[in-house]
Order: sequence, then C-alpha cells, then structure tokens
Amino acid sequence: MAQQVSILIVDDEESVRDSLYNWFIDDGYDVDCAEDGKAALNKLESRDFDIVLADIKMPGIDGMELHKRVKALSREPVFIIMTAFASVDTAVQALKNGAYDYVTKPFDPDDLSHLIRNAAKQVQLEAENLNLKESISSLADVEDIIGESEALQKVLKDVEHIAQSSSSVIITGESGTGKELIARAIHSNSSRRYFPLISVHCGALTESLLESELFGHERGAFTGASFTRKGRFEMADGGTIFLDEIATISPKMQVELLRVLETKSFMRVGGNKELSSDFRVICATNRDLKAMVQTGTFREDLYYRLNVLNIKVPPLRERKEDIPLLVNHFIGKYCKSMSREKIVIEPAAMRYLANLDFPGNVRELENMIERAIVVGNGREVRLRDLPLGKEAINSSVESLDELEKKHIVKILDKYHWNISRSARALGVDRATLYNKIRKYELKEE
Amino acid sequence: MRTKKILIITCGKFEKKTTNHVRESVTRVLGLATDLKECSLDVSEFYHPARRQYNADRLLETMSARAPVEYMKCMSLFRGDLFIPILTYIFGQAQLNGRIGIASPYRLRNELYGLKEDNNLMLERFSKVVLHELGHTFGLIHCKNTLCIMRSSTYMEDLDQKNTEFCRQCSEKLQVELDKVLHKH
Repeated sequence: MAQQVSILIVDDEESVRDSLYNWFIDDGYDVDCAEDGKAALNKLESRDFDIVLADIKMPGIDGMELHKRVKALSREPVFIIMTAFASVDTAVQALKNGAYDYVTKPFDPDDLSHLIRNAAKQVQLEAENLNLKESISSLADVEDIIGESEALQKVLKDVEHIAQSSSSVIITGESGTGKELIARAIHSNSSRRYFPLISVHCGALTESLLESELFGHERGAFTGASFTRKGRFEMADGGTIFLDEIATISPKMQVELLRVLETKSFMRVGGNKELSSDFRVICATNRDLKAMVQTGTFREDLYYRLNVLNIKVPPLRERKEDIPLLVNHFIGKYCKSMSREKIVIEPAAMRYLANLDFPGNVRELENMIERAIVVGNGREVRLRDLPLGKEAINSSVESLDELEKKHIVKILDKYHWNISRSARALGVDRATLYNKIRKYELKEE
Repeated sequence: MRTKKILIITCGKFEKKTTNHVRESVTRVLGLATDLKECSLDVSEFYHPARRQYNADRLLETMSARAPVEYMKCMSLFRGDLFIPILTYIFGQAQLNGRIGIASPYRLRNELYGLKEDNNLMLERFSKVVLHELGHTFGLIHCKNTLCIMRSSTYMEDLDQKNTEFCRQCSEKLQVELDKVLHKH
C-alpha cells in the first residue's frame, strides 16, 4: 500500500519541502512538492493525490483557502494542515472544515510516521469502500436481464434514468417478461439500494391477507395472530416496495393503498398507533390499468398516484434477436446449478427456438431450456428435447390462447387441481395461474 | 577510478572502539572494506541556537561537496544532536541512491533517557543507524519487516528490536545494487 500512496507537500519553505520529501521517499511513497497554494492547485488539477500536507501560512493562497478549493475537486484527497503556531482555534477551524488532521511543526518523527500511516490507511479504506459499493451495485443490478435488442436496451436506459428519482413506477408487460427483474434493477441502481427491496405478490393473496401482509398486525388482531408482525411497508423503510399484480387488488385495498401513498403513514391491523415509513413504490401488472380505470375497476386517483413513471417491458416475440443470447445464458445457468459442464445447443434446436413466439415469454423459454437439459443426453440440447415445440407444431391450426388453455387444463387435471403443483409444473407462479384460470374461466369438473 | 570501499569520516572526536565497531559491522554486513578519515569541519556554523541542535540537511549538503570521489560511498559521523527543519530530531540521514550519509550517536545513549549506561548497546545501535543510512545510499527504502535493518526507526525501542542485518528481500535488492556498483568500478 505504501508504494501506491501519493503525497503532495505544500510549503513555501524549501527546507521543509525537502525534508519531508526525503522522509516520505524513504518510506516508499510517491511524493511531489509545491511551493505555494497556486502551484499546488495546478498539480492537483493535472493529477490525483491521495494525501495533501499543506502549511497553514503561505503567501497568496494559504493552507485553509487551499483546503476549501481542494474540497471542490472531483476526488478529494486526505488533507492535513501543518503550522508552526500551536493554536487551538486554527486547529479547530481546520478540523471543522473537514481537514483529516492538524500537526504542529516541527514534528516528532514518530508522530509524523503515524500520521501518514493512518492517513494512508484512510485512503486505502476509502478506496476499498468505493470498490465494494461498485461491486455490490454491479452484482445486484441487471445480472439476469439478457439481451442486446434495441427494445431491451431502451428499457435499460429507462431503468437508469428512473432509478435516479424516488417517484412511483408502473412496470407493464406480459406475464413472464421479467417485470420483477426490472424492478430489482431500478432498486439496485437507486440511492435506496443499501436498504431492502420488499416484494409482494398481490394476486396470490386474499384481501384480508394482503392487508395484514402490507400493514402488519398486532397480536390478537384476528384469529391466528399470535404475534405482532411487521408489515411490508414497515420492512421497506428506506428502500423500495414492489407490488406485483397490482391490478388484482380489491377496491377496499385500493383506497387503503392510496392513503398510504399519500401520507406514507399507516396503522397495523388491530393497532392504534400511526407508523410512518419512507419507501418507494414500484408496481407491476400485465393488465391495461388505463382501460381498467375507464371501466371503473381501478381507481383513477390511485392510477395517477402510481403512474408517475412507467416502463413497458417488451414481450419476447418483439425482441426475437435476443433469443440465442437468452438460450445460451439459461444453458449456462442450469448446467452450473446442476453441476454439469456447459453443453451446446444443436443448430436446428436453436433455429426452432428463435422462430417461436413464446406466449409465456422469457419464463417459458427458461423452463424449456431447463427441461431440455434434464431430459437431454448431457452433451447438447437437441430439437427432440423440446417437447413443447412438437405440440406447438401439431396445434398450428389453433390460436395460442387455445393452446395455452388446453395445456393449463391438462396440467391442472394431472395434478387434481392442486394449484401449487400445477403452477410449478407450468413454470409460472400461483398468481399467474390464478389469473389464467380466471381469464379462461376454467372450473374443476 | 573509484575504489570498492566505503569511507567513514569522523567529524569530532570518536573513540577507536566506536569507529572499529562501525567499520566491522559495515564489512561484515555489506562485505565491503572501509577506510577511516578524520575531518576538520567547523560544525558551529550548522548549529541552531534556539533548537540547540545541528542542521542535518546542511551537514549532508556540505559533506556531499567534500566527499572524496574515489570512494563508492561516504558515511560521516557527528557527535552532536541532529535535526531537520520539519522534525524534532533524527538519528541520521542519507541521499537515496546517492553517495553520502550522516549519523550521530547523540540520541542513542541510554543515559539520555534516564537509563543505566550501556556502551555496548549504544555501539550496536550506532552501527545499525550507519548501516540503515548506507542502505538508503544503495537505493533501499524503508522495509516493513520489523527485524530488518531498513525498518524505519524513530525510537530507541525500534532500533533495539531490529537485527544488524538486512531481511531477505532487502538483501536481494542490495545485492543487485552492489553488483551494479561493483561492475561499474
């Protein structure tokens, strides 16, 4: 570390500059000197220094003024003030202005060594901190958002801009397009990234469960409430709350949600204490909320409260050029999770996939790849490992909706209408399966 | 033509025992022969009355001008308390990658710190300071190894803790520098 730390010595006395220069050079630091504040600023503009050791009394720009100007630089060095006058007032002022430390000339050699060693440690810690922050945000952001298509790049650009604000966001897009991944990307690129991202799948919960889930409940608030429980709004304090399937919430919950969004305060179910929380709301839906507003099934005021910013995630059929990248990504992902060597895909299988419309979007493609790897020969993904392809060809005379409906009925019957198992088999979540059941008006016979 | 020797220059009265110890240490650790020379420099002009110390920067500069060119390195020994403007005291200093170094035993005596006199310990410390400064003249910088002679020492305890030898890493660097210098000669 010592070899990498750079020090700029600023003093109008040549002997001081030379002494310090020799002392620090012997310690292996990268050292430069400036005879006054102006020369120091010139040097600081042309290159970065980790530590600036400046005399407080200099002609022209003095040490305190130099410190003020140094603070305006894009990369602020650790600033240490030197003075021949041991004045408590100037020491306090220097520290108040943000100087790292204050030393009185002449120094005890041991004090000087310790001072610089500690300052170097500070530089090292700041650099480490920065690297860690960068690595955290790069790890958490868009790892699973794969694609180079123009449509997806536009979405990512929107994510970048939207992440900078704290306004509510609505993410729209068909089921399986990756709306939750987009919400995660917005959160992990925002200033709230060091606080939690709390996800709530509104479609999977009944009205009373959703209320308890969002607002929390006090002990004894209802049968089975044996403990006080924090709600999701409380948990999201400082961070982001992601409300998936927002279109499915009941009119009563729409009113409650609007109130929370307006006041950022709420009460736990069964509680009488007003709680407040600072969160950002990101919602997602595969429905047309505006149309729902017109038909009166979604509150207009809530719609406008939520729809400050919006992102539309394109369906996979509108970015087919991304299919090969996604296929390779998922092959890599599942081979890794199954502790296998990465396998390849037969060109015919890739061609076939690249031409599919994927009504279930990326999720459907991902499930197809996972299945193909499981049933395949372990060396490559072959066309014959993609059974859905066969069905799709056979049913080419039917609409995709018809095909989807038939497949869902088949799976539901297979699992005796067990929603969890059927959803798992279909590779969708329970909320989506419920939506499909509603959409196709399916009933157990 | 330069000799492959190091010149030890004494400024002021030094006991033979002291100079012998320094010379033996240099020869043993660096493997180089030494010559001894007395210098009649008037050090009063380097004296700072307010600090009651001698300005080591100016002494080094003066000795640099006086050092005989035929010697590979020259080490000047002073009896007085040395300082540089920015530091309250120093044990010695040298030109990094240069030819000249200076050292003083003034602050190496136990009595200065209220401890019992120990002349042998003082000689050991002084030889360490001389070898440390000579190390700088061969381009070595401070070492992090607590036992290495190139470890920065600002207190007596630091000096006593380290060995009168270079660590493996510094020895290797030193050997490269010595080979260069000897080859040139």
